[in-house]
Amino acid sequence: MEMNWNCGSRHGHERQTPVRFRFSLIQRNRSILGVAALTLLTLAHASAQDSTIRAVQNIFDPLSAPAEILYRISLLVLATCAIIFLVVAGLLTYAIIRYRRKGGADDLEEPPQVYGSAAIELAWTVPPILIVVVLVLVTARTIGEIQKPKLPNDAEQVRIIGHRFWWEVRYPKYDVVTADEIHVPLSDRSKRIATEFVLESADVIHGFWVPQLNGKTMLVPNHTNTMWVEPYKTGIYLGNCTVLCGAQHANMLIRVVVDTPERYQQWLNEQKATPADDQSVEEGKRQFIANSCGACHDIGGTNAKGVFGPDLTHFASRQTLGSGVAANNEENLRSWLQDPQVLKPGCLMPNMKLGDKQLQSILAYLRTLK
Amino acid sequence: MPNGVPITAKEIGTEANPARPGQEHGTLTGWIQDLVFTVDHKKLGLMYLGMGWLFFVVAGTMAAIIRTQLFVPNNHLVSPQAFNSLFTMHGTSMIFFVAMPMIFGLANYMVPLQIGARDMAFPRLNGFSFWLTFFGACLMFFSYVGAPGLYGAGAAPDVAWFALAPLTSRAFSIGTSVDYWSLGLLVTGVGSVTGGINIMVTIFCYRCKGMTLYRMPLFVWLSLVTMFLVVTFLPPLSAAQIMLVLERFFGAKFFETQAGGSAILWQHFFWIFGHPEVYILVLPAFGVISEVVPVFSRKPIFGYPMMVAASVMIGFVSAGVWAHHMFTIGMSSYSITFFAFATMVIAVPTGIKIFNWLGTMYGGKIRLELPMLWAIAFLFQFLIAGLTGIMLGVAPFDWQLNDSYFVIAHFHYVIVGGIIFAIFAASYYWLAGC
Repeated sequence: MEMNWNCGSRHGHERQTPVRFRFSLIQRNRSILGVAALTLLTLAHASAQDSTIRAVQNIFDPLSAPAEILYRISLLVLATCAIIFLVVAGLLTYAIIRYRRKGGADDLEEPPQVYGSAAIELAWTVPPILIVVVLVLVTARTIGEIQKPKLPNDAEQVRIIGHRFWWEVRYPKYDVVTADEIHVPLSDRSKRIATEFVLESADVIHGFWVPQLNGKTMLVPNHTNTMWVEPYKTGIYLGNCTVLCGAQHANMLIRVVVDTPERYQQWLNEQKATPADDQSVEEGKRQFIANSCGACHDIGGTNAKGVFGPDLTHFASRQTLGSGVAANNEENLRSWLQDPQVLKPGCLMPNMKLGDKQLQSILAYLRTLK
Repeated sequence: MPNGVPITAKEIGTEANPARPGQEHGTLTGWIQDLVFTVDHKKLGLMYLGMGWLFFVVAGTMAAIIRTQLFVPNNHLVSPQAFNSLFTMHGTSMIFFVAMPMIFGLANYMVPLQIGARDMAFPRLNGFSFWLTFFGACLMFFSYVGAPGLYGAGAAPDVAWFALAPLTSRAFSIGTSVDYWSLGLLVTGVGSVTGGINIMVTIFCYRCKGMTLYRMPLFVWLSLVTMFLVVTFLPPLSAAQIMLVLERFFGAKFFETQAGGSAILWQHFFWIFGHPEVYILVLPAFGVISEVVPVFSRKPIFGYPMMVAASVMIGFVSAGVWAHHMFTIGMSSYSITFFAFATMVIAVPTGIKIFNWLGTMYGGKIRLELPMLWAIAFLFQFLIAGLTGIMLGVAPFDWQLNDSYFVIAHFHYVIVGGIIFAIFAASYYWLAGC
């Protein structure tokens, strides 16, 4: 770990490239495999989405440049603390066993009455100071690496706005608005592709955390934060809101879909397009508007222009509903439309008290919004 | 009195059976009257401890429900709202109605005895402090009954013990649960500050002849540092509670972001109290361990001056570390580095303390009696607490660890393994005979 770290400081200019992270001492073997697998995968399905769910939210399995920087410093700190623990706990155990009361004649004498020793005090004050100095320097350096990254000029930018209890996701450059599922392009060895997240909140404080991509950052109302990711592998990364924001805080889940750049572009194009008008669900569309769903939800190409709830323009293209609370299938959507409070008690969408026919037609309509 | 003017037992209310007009003796009513009217530091000390144990059972039951809920995924034992209330009340109670009263109880009981004073400097204020603390707790727990109010909204506070603004504003927390939370803590906070002043004055003015500051037992020293922290850092919390009450009732806009307030302001106020609070709790625990370890090792404490200096240093540095709770709010790199540095610096005096306890045991004849067993358990648990604290202080690592179970585990090592274990040690050591 130490070596790795020094290496980074000597070749500071290289630090910005993901290549170095991929081929850091610890990661080398696994990464080569990963890259090989990735290449095969990319060749096989140039435009298919990789639906591997990276469900283990493991900070020790970083799959993005910033997460890897955090991983390296965490190993250093863990090792340091483990050594300190072993030494101090060992000394304590030794002292307790070695100097325990023996009983019998031994009890009659007092042990030597030592009041202290300046030399010994100094001996156990200086090493902690040195350790602290080293840790502070490493910390300061890493903070700079994460907070002041030199991102490529063409870095993608995604605006993520936390709502109780869902995520609004905007791609300003492409005029795309979606919710809960964030698509980002895969970074490449030959061409580095970073994505910057601009984090804001619409109501209370939320926390954005996808452990395998980067550490967490709060979304604070009236205060814009940024973070960046640079993923190495395609797939679906899971995350959570980490700051208590109300009843459904626990189900304010994040899905980051890492796509190959080609697939990412294709997704953007799909999202940009207005869904095709399907005459067979005209009744559902009418019911959607008539039941004031449009007061909260936006559907491109219709009169529904609400901003309070998630944008539904391409609702059927998402994998989950209710910010990850359930799979986006017909059965769950029916339950949701009947009463959102069943799947997500405490969420802000009320029971709309739809009749059977209304529900059926709206359901059919929403299912067509690919 | 500091100038050697003797006080009679009657003046400070410590005579064996002070006659109070109308008080019955030997009956239940008389016993309750005695409990309510008493200004005796020992009785109040025990009452503080009793209050601590009472709420320990209540908040411990909450913890048991929380853990049962988390036993399997998607458990429906309690509703999301009830779950939020449970951990809010668990956290708030454990800090303010368990750990704080126990610390005050021990200081109340032991400090006058250890410095040779007959009672606290202000016995009536002492009673006042206890009852404010107790009523604050009752007020907050009354929210289970009173908070639904006209709105029928959630019963107990459900905004987590740090109650980040703007979740606590009227818009996001309807009903009166948050008001019970903030008023309860305000009342308890006033009780703690008056208690802190009382103990400080007692230590400064009521030491027996010949007991200079450098001859004070370490528990008294640590109580002194603790009470400095109480008097300095409880008021920011009270100020924040007053701001919150003003905001909720009178439309003040301190934390209301849409009106130009700042959501982060609350966190600064809360954590500049919240971090020293950890030291408020753990320093008296250090004091207990510094009393138990030498006695059961049959050796004097190793490096008394260093122990005192380390305690004072912890007290000072703890004032400058609060923003390590806020590493993820998007602070500048310089602020983060500063607070990471200050946080890690605390490890140095804390390390000195652990090594001095080790030095005290080294070469002794350790009697493994009950208080000593708790003290030894404390040492190991606190070692883990301290080391995990270092990990959290490394800001980049904290970006992954913050707001996760790691933090919860870390401070439970401090509060259970540190403070509660020390209180067990103290109870078996000092109170077993009473």
